[in-house]
Amino acid sequence: MKRLEPAVNIIGAGLAGLSAAYVLAESGVRARLISLQTSERAASNLAAGGINGVLDVSGEHDSIAEHIEDTLTGGRFLADPEMVRGMANAAPAIILRLSELGVPFNRKEDKLVQRPFGGQSKKRTAFAKSSTGKYLVRALTDAVRKYESDGIIERFSRHRFTQIIQSDGQCTGACVTDTYDGGGFFMPGAVIMCCGGLNGFFPGLTTGSMTNSGSAAASLYASGIEFSNLEFIQYHPTTTPIAGKRLLVSEAARGEGARLFVEDEKGNRIYFMEDKYGTRGNLMPRDVISYEMVSTGRQAYLDYGAVTPDIWESRLSDMREEIIHYTGMDPVSACIPVAPGIHFFMGGIPGDARHRTNISGLWACGECAAAYHGANRLGGNSLLGAIYGGSVAAADVAKEFEGHMIRNGYGSAEDLRAYSFIREDETDAEMKLESCLARSMGIIKSENDLRCSMEMIDGLLTGVCSDEMRDRLLLGRAMLTASSVRRESRGAHRRADFPLESEKYMGSSVSRFENGKHAVSFVRQD
Amino acid sequence: MKTIFHVLRQSDKDSAPYWEDFDYETEGEADTVATALMRLPVQWDCSCLQKKCGACAMVINGVPALACDTMLARLKGTMVTLEPLRKFPTVADLRVDRSSMEERLRQFRIYREGTADHGADATVLEAGGCMQCGLCLEVCPNYYPGAEFGGMAAMNPAVRVMNGTEGKHLKSLRRSYVKTVYDGCGKSLACRDICPAGVNIEKLMTEANHDLRKSRAI
Repeated sequence: MKRLEPAVNIIGAGLAGLSAAYVLAESGVRARLISLQTSERAASNLAAGGINGVLDVSGEHDSIAEHIEDTLTGGRFLADPEMVRGMANAAPAIILRLSELGVPFNRKEDKLVQRPFGGQSKKRTAFAKSSTGKYLVRALTDAVRKYESDGIIERFSRHRFTQIIQSDGQCTGACVTDTYDGGGFFMPGAVIMCCGGLNGFFPGLTTGSMTNSGSAAASLYASGIEFSNLEFIQYHPTTTPIAGKRLLVSEAARGEGARLFVEDEKGNRIYFMEDKYGTRGNLMPRDVISYEMVSTGRQAYLDYGAVTPDIWESRLSDMREEIIHYTGMDPVSACIPVAPGIHFFMGGIPGDARHRTNISGLWACGECAAAYHGANRLGGNSLLGAIYGGSVAAADVAKEFEGHMIRNGYGSAEDLRAYSFIREDETDAEMKLESCLARSMGIIKSENDLRCSMEMIDGLLTGVCSDEMRDRLLLGRAMLTASSVRRESRGAHRRADFPLESEKYMGSSVSRFENGKHAVSFVRQD
Repeated sequence: MKTIFHVLRQSDKDSAPYWEDFDYETEGEADTVATALMRLPVQWDCSCLQKKCGACAMVINGVPALACDTMLARLKGTMVTLEPLRKFPTVADLRVDRSSMEERLRQFRIYREGTADHGADATVLEAGGCMQCGLCLEVCPNYYPGAEFGGMAAMNPAVRVMNGTEGKHLKSLRRSYVKTVYDGCGKSLACRDICPAGVNIEKLMTEANHDLRKSRAI
């Protein structure tokens, strides 16, 4: 195993990783940007609708207090109000900075425009057509390249994180494998995890990237890193199946006037969201819409009749082209059938306001962290959370770096255990894990299902050999355990047997694997 | 429907390539080459499955394309031939090493120095489509492995960052553009037809060349 010089190790080159790299480089701190593929392939590129921040360009007297309130309410009061306040306060400056870095946000007469988005009281979502994530990634990739040219940031773009190195309970570096030749690296220094969501546990059912197996997170969980709110998985209400995955039909369409309906036996349209929630029904938070859709028991469709030709052209042309290409239907003339699909993981590694995790030397941000979204994330807050979180973690690391390196003696790779990947004879275990999670982590969960899957996974754990497969089973088991102990329905976690929100569970779950046991506790948010 | 995948395989970068055939039972109308590959024991790069990331570039029936952009129903015949891109070193099977594209952009210092000028947003929106998939270089008659010329994969990032850049770095950017785009391009425009993002390459190049002439860089 090759030992490199100490530097900050950023695991993941999507928006959170790019944001962290940019801030570290601006502070003159050397960092490595480690990812399985280049930034152009990151899941961040798939984010469509926009990024939230109070600019009040629509004359609605929007305020940061309302951004905070909408985020906390949308998340059913599980997110830390202080952290959300920090994010909402920083949001306007982040959007303006991104604009300076070249993001071509939609404008009208030279001023940014913002679109309405789900769960938000005001028009607060800045956007670049319906490809906001892609343009944010382009701008930050171009910006970070300056520091790559200067040698401050070093890219490892075909490299796989396997495990963190701990010494005396502190993280002293990361182990990474070159996926081209299998060569191993020990990379001493602080570690910032920006490894994204847990899509890889739900193949074919998510709108995200296929690259992300979730094994990086699993390795951390198995090493004793705390995970929070694993029971909250966001089903985006409007997705449509395409070969191999779910295609996101952006909330932007509903922001621009598209309406959800189902048909009754006679073929009459029932606009079920408007019937129940009034004119803003189509823009309720995603957990609410997904639940209502499933409750109708019918196929839902999107009616785009209210979207004007001008809006199609200036704001949604990319989305329209994509729908036509993959479904053969033109949303301008046809109603697109949609159903909920897995889109985002609210749960992840918890941290403090500086994104420090439960062990020193390890930070986490972006989708792999549980930070701003509580029990349900609002559209437009993920791009913001990734960029803000990355910058906050990086600023803290930059301050801490010297001290951290000295305290930890630049880390040691001597006690390093080898990390083994999934073996061919374990594919059956992997498939069983995936089917357990698909069955038990749906929009509506029940104790019987969860129990059944937990027993199955416990059985599988006795028969596996590789580190990766064991770690994946452990994290899968933790998702089920967290879902089982939260005996209420809140946000994206709905229980058939406990249909109401309960004051007793008004807190984040914290899962930890210690001495061979899964422990779950609740941290109240008061 | 049964399809035979005729795949040019290679176990690692140093071993000899060989052909292997796989039978594949089509699952549905929407099946793409990418969905078939997900079930074959072949190495390839994949991320988004929806034409947004450029990972799965390869040569399909002799034509460079993205696997997720190629529907099986639209291909002729019952056999599909898959080969890795030829202008990049093969890592294994259909995986190729495209790091030279990243490296070139670093080496030519393709970044903005200054605040973006949003008068150029139309250009940035167009050039932002580029996913660095490498298909433009695969079909380019002027690009060869190791060339200084970086084709449209270099032009797109370069024209994104020209606006707002001033002074010394602008001069350096223009020199870089001349070296890695302008000088090497024979205007065959093969890249225009192959680009899976549909980037309007002619428009971007015309604008950039106009700017270079005005500034007497060419």
